[in-house]
Amino acid sequence: MMRFARSEMRLIAGRRRNQAGLAVLAAVPILLAIAVRLTESNPRGGGPPSFIDDIVGNGVFVAFAALTLQLTLFLPLAISMVSGDAIAGEAHTGTLRYLLTVPAGRSRVLAVKYFGLVFGAFVAVFTVAVVGALVGMAIFGTGSLTTLSGTQISLGAGLLRLFVSTVYVALGMSSLAALGLFVSTLTTQPIAATVATMVLTAAMWVLDAVPQLGWLHPWLLVDHWAAFADLMRDPADWGGVWRGLSVDLGYAVVCLLAAWARFDGKDITT
Amino acid sequence: MPPSVEADPAPDAPASAVSGYAVETRGLTKIFGSQRAVDGIDLRVPSGGVYGFLGPNGSGKTTTIRMLLGLVRPTSGDHDILGHPMPEELTAALHRVGSLIEGPAFHPHLSGRANLRRLDAADARSDARTAASRIDAALDRVGLTPAANKRFGAYSLGMKQRLAIAAALLAPRDLLVLDEPTNGLDPQGTREVRHLVSELASDGISVLVSSHLLAEIQQICTHIGVMSAGKLVAQGSIDDLRATRTARLHLGTPDPARAAAVLAKLPVSQLVSGDETVSGIPSEDLAPEDLVRALVAADVPVRRFTVDRPSLEDLYVSLTGEGFEVRS
Ligand SMILES: Nc1ncnc2c1ncn2[C@@H]1O[C@H](COP(=O)(O)OP(=O)(O)OP(=O)(O)O)[C@@H](O)[C@H]1O
Ligand SMILES: [Mg+2]
Repeated sequence: MMRFARSEMRLIAGRRRNQAGLAVLAAVPILLAIAVRLTESNPRGGGPPSFIDDIVGNGVFVAFAALTLQLTLFLPLAISMVSGDAIAGEAHTGTLRYLLTVPAGRSRVLAVKYFGLVFGAFVAVFTVAVVGALVGMAIFGTGSLTTLSGTQISLGAGLLRLFVSTVYVALGMSSLAALGLFVSTLTTQPIAATVATMVLTAAMWVLDAVPQLGWLHPWLLVDHWAAFADLMRDPADWGGVWRGLSVDLGYAVVCLLAAWARFDGKDITT
Repeated sequence: MPPSVEADPAPDAPASAVSGYAVETRGLTKIFGSQRAVDGIDLRVPSGGVYGFLGPNGSGKTTTIRMLLGLVRPTSGDHDILGHPMPEELTAALHRVGSLIEGPAFHPHLSGRANLRRLDAADARSDARTAASRIDAALDRVGLTPAANKRFGAYSLGMKQRLAIAAALLAPRDLLVLDEPTNGLDPQGTREVRHLVSELASDGISVLVSSHLLAEIQQICTHIGVMSAGKLVAQGSIDDLRATRTARLHLGTPDPARAAAVLAKLPVSQLVSGDETVSGIPSEDLAPEDLVRALVAADVPVRRFTVDRPSLEDLYVSLTGEGFEVRS
């Protein structure tokens, strides 16, 4: 199993388009930091915490801001791309039939594919956070952090909260990857699976933006993704994060079971 | 390559030794929509034999092979592979089977060797320590060593086909299922594949090899099954099939009437006399030399004399029909 999993990670990491996607993800915090540096004197905007206003005070906030910004589009897009390809891509190139006759085992293939996607999600999200923190600290310097509550916490405590936030976002993306994996078992066209997953994500964002549908919001996968911001209050507010993790887990379990049910009996004719 | 010596637990022990079949299907059927792609076939691939699985385009060979390997779920019917009931013992069975299904398929951006490494990594039972040497041996066996590190996407059709065969040979096998293994190969490549298959068979490995060209595989097959429009229309050892073909006598003579009279008494049936020719079907116990002796003894002038059986190719065509169009 370990060999197969390593092979899967190598396959994902070796794809040119995945590498390009990762480069885009890494470029956003860099551009963000440069943009803030160039416009430092501009007045601050209102709205929910985006962390952008805090960057000048401490470069670590570039990481928080980049995570918040990329949560809506670039990260889900990257996850949709990789997860849509998981089964449909192998079916499309025909390599799936050879994997299954090795025999790799259908459940095993699915498990390794999902493991690979979780690996991909963590690499993607950590790339954003690490590049953001490093570039931010290089440009804006660092020190103690001002929380959203206005108090100060030490740099160590701040980095710890950044780490927890990054893991939280990565878990949210892993849950989306389970959805993408399920969609990927439905078709032999990887592009179709990617687009479908992206459309589902976008649809959830749209629903999440309609206040009249407030009753639905707690059930939307995307609704809690930004809840890590509450960890930057003093004291840290874990409520949203726990609720988010339970929704993530719910989506992941349902989607993986659906993927398994679909894939286990599927005729492989490509 | 020796047959698999993998120590299977007792329940996995090859029952094929009992039934004598490496592949046995009972009423295997696959219906796609309204089409019976494979229609109740009873395939019998004898252990240690080379089974030529023939049929024109669209006759259901690949669909059958996909069902055998558990890729497609049969609509009805069941089958055993090497004595393992399928799909219950699919994993145990497939570990002993190397396969090539409907042409090669690999990741285009990986090299041939990296592709084999990935397949080997996916195999729960393969030993990581021997992977490199097994991969090299498989590449060597199909003559692909010089191109091993080239991207698969840059391979020629024949190189791709060879890589697929190498993949089937990555581990010791008891059965090889090869769907049109010579597709896209040059004449040398075709010969080499034939040679390779014979070699593997002489090691005791059972082989199921599909083709739509009888001529391409008839030298290496011990058994033949012929598919036509989803049905298995003929099956048996190649010698039995040869024997079922009736020999036909062709005689050239200026006196066809007298020749016919002599032949009729031997007996030779279905005599047809033409202008200076006579043809007919000699009874089975008559050797050609008996016919010549009888004719000469009766003073029939013989100018030309042949007794021949239709080729397997003719038989195959008569079984599958001459039509060029594929079945819809
Ligand atoms: N996934 C599918 N959906 C619907 N029909 C299919 C599918 N796969 C195969 N068929 C049909 O089943 C029939 C048998 O196809 P199959 O691929 O088994 O033929 P074959 O004997 O392998 O032909 P060839 O020599 O061309 O490879 C064909 O008529 C084909 O159209
Ligand atoms: Mg075919």
